[in-house]
Amino acid sequence: MAYELSAENQQRVKEVAARYPHNMSAILPALHIVFAERGWIDREACDHVAELLDVPPIHVYEAMTFYTYFPRKPVGKYHIQLCHNIACNLRGAENLIEYMRDKHGIEEDRVTGDGLFCLHRVECLGACGGAPMMQVNDDYYENLSPEKIEELIEGWKREAGNGRR
Amino acid sequence: MALEKIVFKGIDIPGRTEISVYEDGGGYAQWKRVLSEKIEPNELIETVKASGLRGRGGAGFPTGLKWSFVPADSPKPKYMLCNADESEPGTFKDREILEKDPHQLLEGVLLGSYAIGANTAYIYLRGEFVKGWKMVERAIAEAREAGYIGKNVLGSGFDIEVWTHRGAGAYICGEETAMINSLEGKRGEPRLKPPFPAVEGFYKCPTIVNNVETLAAVPKIVENGPEWYGQWGTEKSKGTKLWSVCGHVARPGVYEVPLGYPAQKFFEEDLGGCWNGNKLKAVIPGGSSVFAMTPDEFFACNLDYESIAEHGSMLGSGGMIIFDETACLVEASTVIAHFYAHESCGQCTPCREGCGWVLRMFRDIEAGQPQPGAKDVLLDVMDQIFGATICPLGDSIVMPIKSMMEKFPEEFEYYIREGKSMVTGKTRLAQLAQPDKPENWRRGEPFDYPREQDYKTSFKGLAHDLSRGPEPLFTKFEDE
Ligand SMILES: Cc1cc2nc3c(=O)[nH]c(=O)nc-3n(C[C@H](O)[C@H](O)[C@H](O)COP(=O)(O)O)c2cc1C
Ligand code: SF4
Ligand code: FES
Repeated sequence: MAYELSAENQQRVKEVAARYPHNMSAILPALHIVFAERGWIDREACDHVAELLDVPPIHVYEAMTFYTYFPRKPVGKYHIQLCHNIACNLRGAENLIEYMRDKHGIEEDRVTGDGLFCLHRVECLGACGGAPMMQVNDDYYENLSPEKIEELIEGWKREAGNGRR
Repeated sequence: MALEKIVFKGIDIPGRTEISVYEDGGGYAQWKRVLSEKIEPNELIETVKASGLRGRGGAGFPTGLKWSFVPADSPKPKYMLCNADESEPGTFKDREILEKDPHQLLEGVLLGSYAIGANTAYIYLRGEFVKGWKMVERAIAEAREAGYIGKNVLGSGFDIEVWTHRGAGAYICGEETAMINSLEGKRGEPRLKPPFPAVEGFYKCPTIVNNVETLAAVPKIVENGPEWYGQWGTEKSKGTKLWSVCGHVARPGVYEVPLGYPAQKFFEEDLGGCWNGNKLKAVIPGGSSVFAMTPDEFFACNLDYESIAEHGSMLGSGGMIIFDETACLVEASTVIAHFYAHESCGQCTPCREGCGWVLRMFRDIEAGQPQPGAKDVLLDVMDQIFGATICPLGDSIVMPIKSMMEKFPEEFEYYIREGKSMVTGKTRLAQLAQPDKPENWRRGEPFDYPREQDYKTSFKGLAHDLSRGPEPLFTKFEDE
């Protein structure tokens, strides 16, 4: 079945669209709503957004392919986006990437076998004062060190384990 | 004496994100006064002009003057657009305001909207600022509840709506015309100027784009008057500026500093110098898009627009990046080049091709396999990008990298000659040497565009497009 937002979220898309002079402007907010509900966006979801907003689907594809925030396939329960830009680089971001790979088998751009983690390098997240830092799902984690990463990852693994039981 | 926040005192007040705390500190009093006394919008613009407030987003354009460019007699609706995209590497000052003092920003947005006659304001936040977005959303809801936003606000006859709009991970959407395109649901590609947004912006209507810090200063200026604001700073750079300091510094963070403050004093007394007591090598003072400075240049300057320019750089966004003696500037250049290559919107050939070219050359250098004559070729490529593009992103890759190559030539020459870093003695990142590592710039997944048969069967497709005419509303206001 083609992907559809929940009825409630479809309603929200319509409400948000009313804030703008034209539905085109609601494409990005609608994609955010899809992303929040589902965690990733493919073409089907874009078609759905186009239909909801009554805009030509090509405009939704254009927006979707321009922005990097929305993953195009599932990214695991904990989507780790580690900043590798200048301030984080100066304070050791590369070591953290190595650490996650070597200690936890979390490789860049891949979802781990247990479906928990996916690591992406990203550009500056506007938190350079807490460098090195990363965003995991919606939250920022700053002033990272291998020890802190270890703690966080172990914590998430436990959390996921509990959730499943 | 340690620096204290003045205009942005609110950032440090606990509970300030709640409207009651903000109001206790005199919040929304100016908004109420402006509405109840029916102050002329022009008077507000004059106040801001007289204060000498300049845009804090990077360009430093006088804010009052920009507001006065909105054609008052235009029949089109006018828009206020607050730029909270903050993606310039090294810059994290707006985040403090968004997360810790959203009401002061909101009051600034309201006052600004009133001054330019806008009935709708959008706050465009970068998508990653989820917390900041929630804070601003809450502030808007509280202000709406209190009757400060809505139709016929406090019985004044003035209507104002404020909405947030979230970006989705594109640095270029911080550029004002790209932001307007993004807000129209299009790809965030900058437009040619003129026409300037103040005349023709969002859906071709007059639109003022202002940075968060700029707008958040407005309520204080309206409250205390332009002379009050002008008591800090210099003749041409009035008031205070938020600096966000990061990199190899002992005390990273956001500091409010009167413009004209001596850089050396700031660095030594307030920032505590480099971390671990290391020696300073270089400073990029205004976000990664400006020229790097040597310690001598930096210590000789004062922190204001003119003095920094005299000493070879720009104030920019106030994102100060500190490099100590352990920093390898070749590696830093690769990182910076990657950023601009990644973020180029791709419209202009010099920027799109040039940034990628510079990046590839640096990767080769870092992998110990430089192209012959690498340094000259690099400088030549950068010269051909500079000034040849629609927006200043093209210049932005050139300024930091070229200045580092010119001011620290030995480091680059050594790396090219010896195949390893002069500072660390190593080549970086084994992965840089793997030529077939796929680029993940667009998350590696090709987008599954529909094929022709899909258009015919699955969705209304082209027919849909034609029946509506091309983008009806975009032409609505043309040529009246
Ligand atoms: C590539 C590029 C990125 C920019 N990013 C930002 C940004 O993240 N935030 C911002 O306020 N201004 C940014 N600007 C500057 C804006 O174009 C614009 O000048 C500013 O928002 C105007 O507001 P102000 O007058 O209050 O500074 C950027 C400019 C360019 C060329
Ligand atoms: S300079 Fe670069 S980012 Fe700016 S419009 Fe041209 S291609 Fe796009
Ligand atoms: S450089 Fe990493 S958050 Fe800015």
